[in-house]
Amino acid sequence: MSSSMVFAVTGVLLFAIGLAGMLIAAHLLRKVLAFNVLGSGLFLVLVGLPQRDGMADPVPQAMVLTGIVVAVAATALALALLRRLHALTGATSLPRDTDA
Amino acid sequence: MPESVAGLVLIPLTWAGLAFALGPGRGGRAALAGLVVQGGLALQLAMAVNDRRSAHVAAGGWDAPLGIELAVDGLSATMLLLTQLIGLSLVIYARAYFGAADPERRYFWPLVGLLIAGLNALFITADLFNAYVTLEIVGLAAVGLVGAGGEAQRVGAALRYLFATLLGSAFYLLGVALMYGAYGTVSFSSLAPLLTAEMSVAVLMAGGLMLAGLMIKSALLPFHGWLPPAHGSASTPVSALLSALVVKAAFYLILRLWLDLFAAQAAPLAWLPALLGACAVLWGSWRAITAVRLKMLVAYSTVAQLGYLFLVFPLLAGAAAMQAVVMQIVAHGLAKAAMFAAAGVLVSASRQDRVAGLQGMAHHLPLTIAAFALAGVTLMGLPPSAGFLAKWLLIQSAFAAGQWGIVAVVLAGGLLAAVYVFRVLRQALMEAPTARPISPVPRTLEWVAFALAGASVLLGFRAGDLLGLLTPGVPG
Amino acid sequence: MKPWTVVVAVLAGALALIFAMLDLPAPAFDLLPAVTTHLPASGVEHPVTAVLLNYRAYDTLLEVAVLLLALIGILALGIDADPVAPRPVEAMLSILARLIVPAMIVMAVYLLWAGAHRPGGAFQAAAVLAAGGVLLQLGGLIASWSAPRARLRWSIAGGFLIFLGVALVTGLESTLLQYPMPIAGRLILLIESGLTISLGLILSGLFLLLSRDRKNEAP
Repeated sequence: MSSSMVFAVTGVLLFAIGLAGMLIAAHLLRKVLAFNVLGSGLFLVLVGLPQRDGMADPVPQAMVLTGIVVAVAATALALALLRRLHALTGATSLPRDTDA
Repeated sequence: MPESVAGLVLIPLTWAGLAFALGPGRGGRAALAGLVVQGGLALQLAMAVNDRRSAHVAAGGWDAPLGIELAVDGLSATMLLLTQLIGLSLVIYARAYFGAADPERRYFWPLVGLLIAGLNALFITADLFNAYVTLEIVGLAAVGLVGAGGEAQRVGAALRYLFATLLGSAFYLLGVALMYGAYGTVSFSSLAPLLTAEMSVAVLMAGGLMLAGLMIKSALLPFHGWLPPAHGSASTPVSALLSALVVKAAFYLILRLWLDLFAAQAAPLAWLPALLGACAVLWGSWRAITAVRLKMLVAYSTVAQLGYLFLVFPLLAGAAAMQAVVMQIVAHGLAKAAMFAAAGVLVSASRQDRVAGLQGMAHHLPLTIAAFALAGVTLMGLPPSAGFLAKWLLIQSAFAAGQWGIVAVVLAGGLLAAVYVFRVLRQALMEAPTARPISPVPRTLEWVAFALAGASVLLGFRAGDLLGLLTPGVPG
Repeated sequence: MKPWTVVVAVLAGALALIFAMLDLPAPAFDLLPAVTTHLPASGVEHPVTAVLLNYRAYDTLLEVAVLLLALIGILALGIDADPVAPRPVEAMLSILARLIVPAMIVMAVYLLWAGAHRPGGAFQAAAVLAAGGVLLQLGGLIASWSAPRARLRWSIAGGFLIFLGVALVTGLESTLLQYPMPIAGRLILLIESGLTISLGLILSGLFLLLSRDRKNEAP
């Protein structure tokens, strides 16, 4: 296993941890943090897997730069929404799905 | 002609950027002008595709796999036409709907512009990673639109929607990462020949991850939980845009991946989306029948109608299947936009949002109730509407393939749709027990709802043109 | 969702994926030779910058739209209408901000320039500028944002509109975002400069809007 493959495997494990966190955690801030862990894992796979045979590949590195920017944007929006929810209702988890 | 392709993305981005720069609430007229131009471009593209001239653009002047390839075929052209048409109608609606001081209006135009740009970009892309970026634009714009105004229920719905859409994108991107790792390219045209050969397990998993992510984004049962709160509590023009267009975007990508890349390998698994789709039709219709709030009823109807789209996967071997899918997408898009538009008028006028409170509305707003009824005709699948044609083609394909279960579900769905549509109509046609105060509603809103509903019904007559557009370019 | 079911399912999936990845054969396409061959024509010398701002510039354009979208989405929530509770300012932070931020600005300009030859570029520079903005707010030197005024709005939209302008002109002349070879390098620098300012403002804005404190706030 080359070193890049180690990155890819770690990436999958981080993705799994982040995914479990997003699904299990009730507190909204934990969900957002889990999403960032998941994102980091994703980027590791995106860069590490194509490089498993040794040569560094610039295309996925550029893709990861794009992905990081998108993740920042999404995290900011999520944080704004959850702060607003907390300010309005004091809730720290998603409201129960009430159908009326 | 390649300029039309690029223009469909650049023009909405421009008026969205200008709308933001000009200030809160500004940009409505730019939106209107932009959408008219975009409509013209979409029409031009559709005619070009009809003449069997396909449109390809190598963005940056670099051919795939180094650069990003953009391509328009019959399916894309149809989606582009639908998007500009519904977008234009809803922009006209929104200009009349929002009062000058409404908080939701402040950033509506830039958000809508970015949403439409993202949708157009999605329909023209032929690159897996570019598709991811367009999905993110659509997703974040939709979340922003749902939460606009900042009121507590909307913020909760927007947050739930955001988590669902991010989860979907994450699965999709993991699939893309695996595809690039396996093949060294993300362009459809480079990947298609490689995938017809034997597939390694990793690539199968990649495909599964991408499809799972997109199913979350298209609110397929059991991933539909985010849709009713989001569509039910957003402001009316937003609900209409989301139900009519945004959910279809994710489904469009599923169709693309299925047809262009994973056709052979995915065929044995086609029963899974069909089963989930069947459950969605039945469950969504049931929740619509028992919904208390009018907009929740319409939102659950979306969940049900999306189920029809997924029924088509076991039938894709037959020619009529693609036609059925496209007809259903267009018919439902128009009808649902009309239904939400009508619902918005009813809610504003009666100053309350429950179905039970609609008594006597038919007397005051006959045009709106007619619009709701016509939209209902399409959803129920009554002739001569486009909805009828869609279901007819679906049933035909199902008969040809011997899939009796699908036939049964389609028929049952039509009956259930009739139940919830008539529920609303019955309330509206009843005499109100006491004279009630009705808020005046701008006539534009009623006319837009009626026009959209009428279009969904009349399309049944002109369906030949639409379906003819499809055949030169399908599939891929 | 039962926690243990989720953990087991996710772990099983992850292990399956890892074993599948280990068995992957070599990829059919290798893009590195193509990137290197066309590098002289791309206008920059660093392969990643070439991919980001030339070969796949269309992705970058859309990605700037995503970031702008986040800012607009936050503004649409009406956060800027909340009253701001002034926070007590620590002297250390204030001094630190005054000392470091000018250096950060120089650093940002350097990163922007260096992007053509080595790792760097508009996004990295914008991130440094944004960090400077955060530091200034924490040191009490600038206030949290309320609704941005015209000059700020145009600065935020400016970089994006410049990029769009280039895209529109190239789209009409030849192909979308195809830079004519002699001016490719300068065009990229123009786009990146505009983006540095816009993105720096957007990224700072994301923090500065979120930092409007409500009384007794603690999620």
